[in-house]
Amino acid sequence: MYVLVTYDVSTTTAEGRKRLRNTAKICLNYGQRVQNSVFELLIDPAQWAQCKAELCDTIEPQTDSLRFYYLGNNWKNRVEHVGAKPAIDLEGPLFA
Amino acid sequence: MKKHLNTLFVTTEGAYLRKEGQAVVVRVEKQTRLRVPLHNLDGIVCFGRVGCSPALMASCAKGNVSISFLNPYGGFLAAVTGFSPGNVLLRRQQYRAADAADSTLAIAKEIVAGKIANSRSVLLRAARDISAPDAQEQLQRAARRMANDVTMARNETSLDALRGREGESAATYFQVFSSMISPQATGFAFTTRSRRPPLDPLNALLSFLYSMLTHDARSACEAAGLDAAVGFLHRDRPGRPGLALDLIEEFRAFLVDRLTLSLINRRQIQSSDFEITQSGAVLLKDKPRKTVLAAYQKRKQATITHPFLDEKTTIGLLIHLQARLLARHLRGDLDAYPPFLWR
Repeated sequence: MYVLVTYDVSTTTAEGRKRLRNTAKICLNYGQRVQNSVFELLIDPAQWAQCKAELCDTIEPQTDSLRFYYLGNNWKNRVEHVGAKPAIDLEGPLFA
Repeated sequence: MKKHLNTLFVTTEGAYLRKEGQAVVVRVEKQTRLRVPLHNLDGIVCFGRVGCSPALMASCAKGNVSISFLNPYGGFLAAVTGFSPGNVLLRRQQYRAADAADSTLAIAKEIVAGKIANSRSVLLRAARDISAPDAQEQLQRAARRMANDVTMARNETSLDALRGREGESAATYFQVFSSMISPQATGFAFTTRSRRPPLDPLNALLSFLYSMLTHDARSACEAAGLDAAVGFLHRDRPGRPGLALDLIEEFRAFLVDRLTLSLINRRQIQSSDFEITQSGAVLLKDKPRKTVLAAYQKRKQATITHPFLDEKTTIGLLIHLQARLLARHLRGDLDAYPPFLWR
């Protein structure tokens, strides 16, 4: 399935900046960064449960927020990109 | 059902792969080119001068992501494997079966029968699609002869006779191979199969794709817990992945030959896409190699119903399923190894 993760982490304190870095790191372990603090994850349900738990443990619910958008398996019809830095298609041919 | 995962092809000379978090990062000249989470990958194939960090190798070995290093033309150099995966009892069973003449012959027979049947289906399918009546006639005649070979292969009593039967039918098949090439595709005349090195563009393309398929078969064996080096039809030789070569027999015509033909007939690949070295070897150039790899990946993602399991799957996973069916046969859960038969 395809999941879109966005977050808002308060960076007024040093701990907040640390939480922001950690949140980004977790997202990068499971998916790709498509915009600042917007990540797309191609992931199976078990891995997603793990990822979600890690994310929820990292943030501070009083000040930070996380939003998950579930795009399902048919996500290609639901995502459109315009402009710079196109995301890589993890199901298409991968070259480097 | 296992999900069909992607393969990362690294074709940039001088690239370095490293691990960042749980993702692989491709760096070229100290710039990050690509970053892919490891859980999205099934294999990493590196062409030419590509480096790789030990940390990445370790987590790939742990996460069942196969890494292969190939020369720029697809020749196999090395693979990274961690601790031997899977079940030691299964591997022992495999060695026992490979040592016993009758069980070896039983499995090899099915593999050869599957190979001949699938090559024959490819000929018949091509005969239906082309309009030239004499080429059609030729293909159908070869297919009739091969139908006989399938039954004969199942009745052979020795491994050597079986190999002879396989060679004979392969000769029949390749004799009419050029009839499947559209007359508009110039420069792809097929005379005979040549390898190490391939001596014409068509052979270069076939060899390149066969080695991609071997990479996939090798990881399928590893993933199923089998020893890729101990084959049944292919006997042991140091460095040769005998079982992987056994497994690809059923897929050569169905996957590689058909893909090669459609690449040529649709003129996605032309004779100008190859270069001839001084030794006479014909090699695929850099850019068309990407076209070929992309087409191969795309073909592997096409869905198909497995004829034996009656389950919907992708073409890329078929070889994994075959490895698992073979494992089931070796464990004694299946009376015979059911080869993949394309209908």
